Amino acid sequence: MTDTDNRMTGAEIVLRALKDNGVEHVFGYPGGAVLPIYDEIFQQDDIQHILVRHEQGAGHAAEGYARSTGKVGVMLVTSGPGATNAVTPLQDALMDSIPLVCLTGQVPTTLIGSDAFQECDTVGITRPCTKHNWLVKDVNELAATIHEAFRIAQTGRPGPVVVDIPKDIQFATGTYTPKADHVVQKSYKPKVEGDLNAVRAAVELMASARRPILYTGGGVINSGPEATKLLRELVELTDFPITSTLMGLGAYPASGKNWLGMLGMHGSYEANMAMHDCDVMVCIGARFDDRITGRLNAFSPNSRKIHIDIDPSSINKNVRVDIPIVGDVGRVLEDMVRLWRALPKKPEKAQTEEWQQQISRWRARNSFAYKNSNDVIMPQYAIQRLYEASKGRETYVTTEVGQHQMWAAQFFGFEAPNRWLTSGGLGTMGYGLPAAIGVQVAHPEALVIDIAGDASIQMCIQEMSCAIQYGLPVKIFILNNQYMGMVRQWQQLLHGNRLSNSYTEAMPDFVKLAEAYGAVGMYCDKPAELDDKIAEMIAVNRPVIFDCRVANLANCFPMIPSGKAHNEMLLPDEATDEAVANAIDAKGRQLV
Amino acid sequence: MNAHLQPTGSAYFIQQESARQERHTLSVLVSNEPGVLARVIGLFSGRGYNIESLTVSETEHEAHLSRITIVTTGTPSVLEQIKAQLDRIVPVHRVVDLTVRASQLGQERPIEREVALVKVAGTGEGRAETLRLADAFHAKVVDATVSHFIFEITGKSSKIDQFVAVMKPLGLIEVCRTGIAAMNRGPQGM
Repeated sequence: MTDTDNRMTGAEIVLRALKDNGVEHVFGYPGGAVLPIYDEIFQQDDIQHILVRHEQGAGHAAEGYARSTGKVGVMLVTSGPGATNAVTPLQDALMDSIPLVCLTGQVPTTLIGSDAFQECDTVGITRPCTKHNWLVKDVNELAATIHEAFRIAQTGRPGPVVVDIPKDIQFATGTYTPKADHVVQKSYKPKVEGDLNAVRAAVELMASARRPILYTGGGVINSGPEATKLLRELVELTDFPITSTLMGLGAYPASGKNWLGMLGMHGSYEANMAMHDCDVMVCIGARFDDRITGRLNAFSPNSRKIHIDIDPSSINKNVRVDIPIVGDVGRVLEDMVRLWRALPKKPEKAQTEEWQQQISRWRARNSFAYKNSNDVIMPQYAIQRLYEASKGRETYVTTEVGQHQMWAAQFFGFEAPNRWLTSGGLGTMGYGLPAAIGVQVAHPEALVIDIAGDASIQMCIQEMSCAIQYGLPVKIFILNNQYMGMVRQWQQLLHGNRLSNSYTEAMPDFVKLAEAYGAVGMYCDKPAELDDKIAEMIAVNRPVIFDCRVANLANCFPMIPSGKAHNEMLLPDEATDEAVANAIDAKGRQLV
Repeated sequence: MNAHLQPTGSAYFIQQESARQERHTLSVLVSNEPGVLARVIGLFSGRGYNIESLTVSETEHEAHLSRITIVTTGTPSVLEQIKAQLDRIVPVHRVVDLTVRASQLGQERPIEREVALVKVAGTGEGRAETLRLADAFHAKVVDATVSHFIFEITGKSSKIDQFVAVMKPLGLIEVCRTGIAAMNRGPQGM
């Protein structure tokens, strides 16, 4: 490459840098401060731009794209409101460790600080909701900054980054720095190899366990397909029971014989009881979140804990562990599997036999049971039927946030990683539809379903228009109970069943809404018709909004009420009105 | 194993802090780039940690490295978390808990010094007394008229506290303090 080849405008540098970082799709929305970049997008064919209808949608779509492919998601928004609308997906990606590069336009450098039109302090606003961010003030540093943005977003614990580019920098001519030549920030060097002595100690502890459990999380999926393979191998070798957080579903197949189901607030009885009573806990790529642990001082009181995490700040943050291993899950599992194979004496089967029997007894409790009905569709039943109908296909499921999300996690079985996309950490209503769009862009032939609630879906419904524009046949399956179901459930549990503002009195006609956008609208309120309608929905090669009317007042059980321990779960058959009303004591009421 | 479980930086479980609060001095080596101080301070405010004193200045000009000295308080687990969270910030090169390091080296505490400028009014006979006390504290006169002095004083924070208290009845006008600069004793660097 000659020097003249490397001279170009800032906007050209942006496109070249994206291309050099393997980007094929960008989700975005134009505006004054990014017009030069949009002009470059117009004049090339290598990168496809997906026009969303709101910047929040761009962010969630990029997250969906990233999580379903393992690549970095890219979003492009303008200054001011474009950037502030990006804050929600940035924080969402930060909490769920999703690699995201967000390019924002900024007012020209000469106007920064003058309260110019559509100006905001983007790096200031996004500082706490990104892994790192930059304001580029020199066009000659633009390329290197974008390369560095991609490196930081996808290495170590993945996360979102922002590159804020003033408009005059986009117009200015400068030199393009190729990816191979860029100077890296020396202070950033994530540790990926685990300490072998710690891994050895962990394997020895695991071999001595009488009541072991593997507790895995989104870190396994972030680490890549190899980590999933090694995890399955480790389960095979050790025969340990395994549970997972919401974020980690699919790393171990739901049909696997050691699978206990999801753990946590709405997790299975067997998973939570096993967590409470275990003697050795192996936490792999999870972070002891409050939805998982319940009351901290009663969390798994008699176990020795091993914690594998790439982020040193996750170690001992909420729960003190006995053997911390800082490193990439895949690398550590590789060592762990190798050392387990090399054990001079493998534990006898009898060592854990009593534990396996105990787990079977807990499993027999059938904690996800619900009373089905011939007259009204139970939400759990709807998910089960949807799951059955999707079997054998390349299926991706996204969700919004609330009861439907928990039912989807409980009743939809995931056999492979990267197929389940949900807003776990931030709990963002409105995530599901744009995320589904991102997934469908990356996997045009796949069946992509957004399992939604009637309230959540209305938070980013405008993206229907985007799905239509790009012919993305996403399926929006709304469990419509006419309430913000989880809010209503908590009001019942905590606030004397006073349903303050949780009933949606003016619900849109979702069928007509779908048709208004140019999509297919479907309606079902009879259990007997459900299977046929679901089959019809899957067969349509266009976006569908499926208004599935379900029992209005169903609650999501089992549940660990706030402030309670794993072994104080509220089970569906014990959840009488009285038990529900008294489930949370005064102290628990203060918690979220 | 978990009898020592304590609530930590998480705001979720609002429980009484049962563990003892400790006061530690941290040294943080950062790239001197725009916004780096905001990242450090934002971390403390965002996660609810305390800052008792914060000092920052570029220490290696060619390498553009600044050294931030932070005095903070917290339970041992919170202090461990603060260090880990600081280490996550991209332009942070190194974080050393000088208090922990001192105890590892068998020392009581790191060397901690502060500079203060202290302006005191004084006319007539009181001036001699003011100067005599300042001399006792090894404070240096850096500016004076017939009606005031400005003293420069260096030392431990407690010494400066004491000097300020002594000057109060003698006509203290204003005080400016740098915050703490600190390092460990012995030949090793941070």
